[in-house]
Amino acid sequence: MELTREELIRYNRQIILPNFGVDGQKKLKTSKVLVIGAGGLGAPNLQYLSGAGIGTIGIVDFDVVSLTNLQRQVLFDTSQINENKAEMAISRLKKLNPEVTFNLYKEQITSENAMAIIEPYDLVIDGSDNLPTRYLVNDACVLLGKTLLYGAIFRYEGQVSVFNHEREDGTRGPNYRDIFPDPPPPEMVPSCSEGGVFGALAGIVGAMQANEAIKILAGLGSTLSGRLLLYDSLDFTTRYLNIRPSPSNPVSGDNPTITELIDYEAFCAGPTIDRQEDLVDSISVKKLEEQMKTGSVFILDVRESYEYEISNINGINIPLGELESRLDEIPKEKEVIVHCKSGVRSRKAIEVLKKNDYTQLLNLEGGILAWQEEIDSAIQVY
Amino acid sequence: MKVEVIAFGIAKDIINAKSVNLEVSEGVTVGNIKEKLVNDYPAFNALVSLKLAVNAEYVEDHHILNENDEVVLIPPVSGG
Repeated sequence: MELTREELIRYNRQIILPNFGVDGQKKLKTSKVLVIGAGGLGAPNLQYLSGAGIGTIGIVDFDVVSLTNLQRQVLFDTSQINENKAEMAISRLKKLNPEVTFNLYKEQITSENAMAIIEPYDLVIDGSDNLPTRYLVNDACVLLGKTLLYGAIFRYEGQVSVFNHEREDGTRGPNYRDIFPDPPPPEMVPSCSEGGVFGALAGIVGAMQANEAIKILAGLGSTLSGRLLLYDSLDFTTRYLNIRPSPSNPVSGDNPTITELIDYEAFCAGPTIDRQEDLVDSISVKKLEEQMKTGSVFILDVRESYEYEISNINGINIPLGELESRLDEIPKEKEVIVHCKSGVRSRKAIEVLKKNDYTQLLNLEGGILAWQEEIDSAIQVY
Repeated sequence: MKVEVIAFGIAKDIINAKSVNLEVSEGVTVGNIKEKLVNDYPAFNALVSLKLAVNAEYVEDHHILNENDEVVLIPPVSGG
């Protein structure tokens, strides 16, 4: 395979790099990379992988561009809201580099399709935004013997590593389950929409993943395999933690118990029996709607006031942080239905109220997001 | 003896600080540190399955700590 004159010019600034050369470029051209999720991490990965001239790039994303994405997913623009992210990414990236072949997967990656989607690729980038997908992608990469570029972001912090990477002796480096053998309960793993995320941080962490991927494919340098990078952008500190393959790892250890993909939603939902005792009483949005039609209900909305302004269901708005100083606004003799955006803060609010001798408390399952989805699609989500 | 526990992600919220110094007895294990954290911060109960790192190495619960060890607490984060 030879590079065209145009390719030699297009990639000149990396071809002239020490140890890279025309050979490095040819390696990239014959490489196939799969990017799972075209969001905060996926988008910068895609831009640099495309620019660098990876031969084939697959993009998996079933989701659409939303207004809340554009603060960090700068690959997209405002006119693309509600359009599929993978499609929009490809239309933009084809203009950046027409030499790249793009494969579109406008679907959710699942235990059923993951092996078939991942199999043809040399390397996988995890740009997903939820824990079940992260375990799914990790296990699939281990089972298929693929190197996985891991990145994750939360608030001002980022994590990067290279998982399941083949070492000189032919064995594979550690993977996600060597760091996180078991998922904590879902409320301990807030998403970007619940916990927030710094925009440029997504770009930094995504670009780090892409940089590692390109190095690996071109055969350059040494990688983050066996190390987890922690980056705290708020006070600009970095920390590396050494990870070793654990003999008890259920997918790659001495006695693997996971030999095919499992139900990851159930795996990450947590052991329900153990959690029964701390479960708060809850009400579904459908049931609340019925109750609102038949009589008066006291709805307490513990979101911040700016969130209440974006959209609300006529509850009394007392932000979680102000709750204890405003208890006089909440009746003790009535049933109080507590809600927030997705159900995490309302759970905390109920704990606060219980401590203050409130007894008739119900948590609105799924918060205002569930209300929008099931009851009133006109509610603005954010 | 003293060990320092450094928190990341949601663990920062639980201990309400970036790090906390714990006064522990000689021979204490990582598992004992977890028990102490659950005792001091009940919400930490949800994170007991976490693997902790000591002086930049991920270790198992039976690992024995030394004076001035640095224990790092990193819950998984899902954001992307």
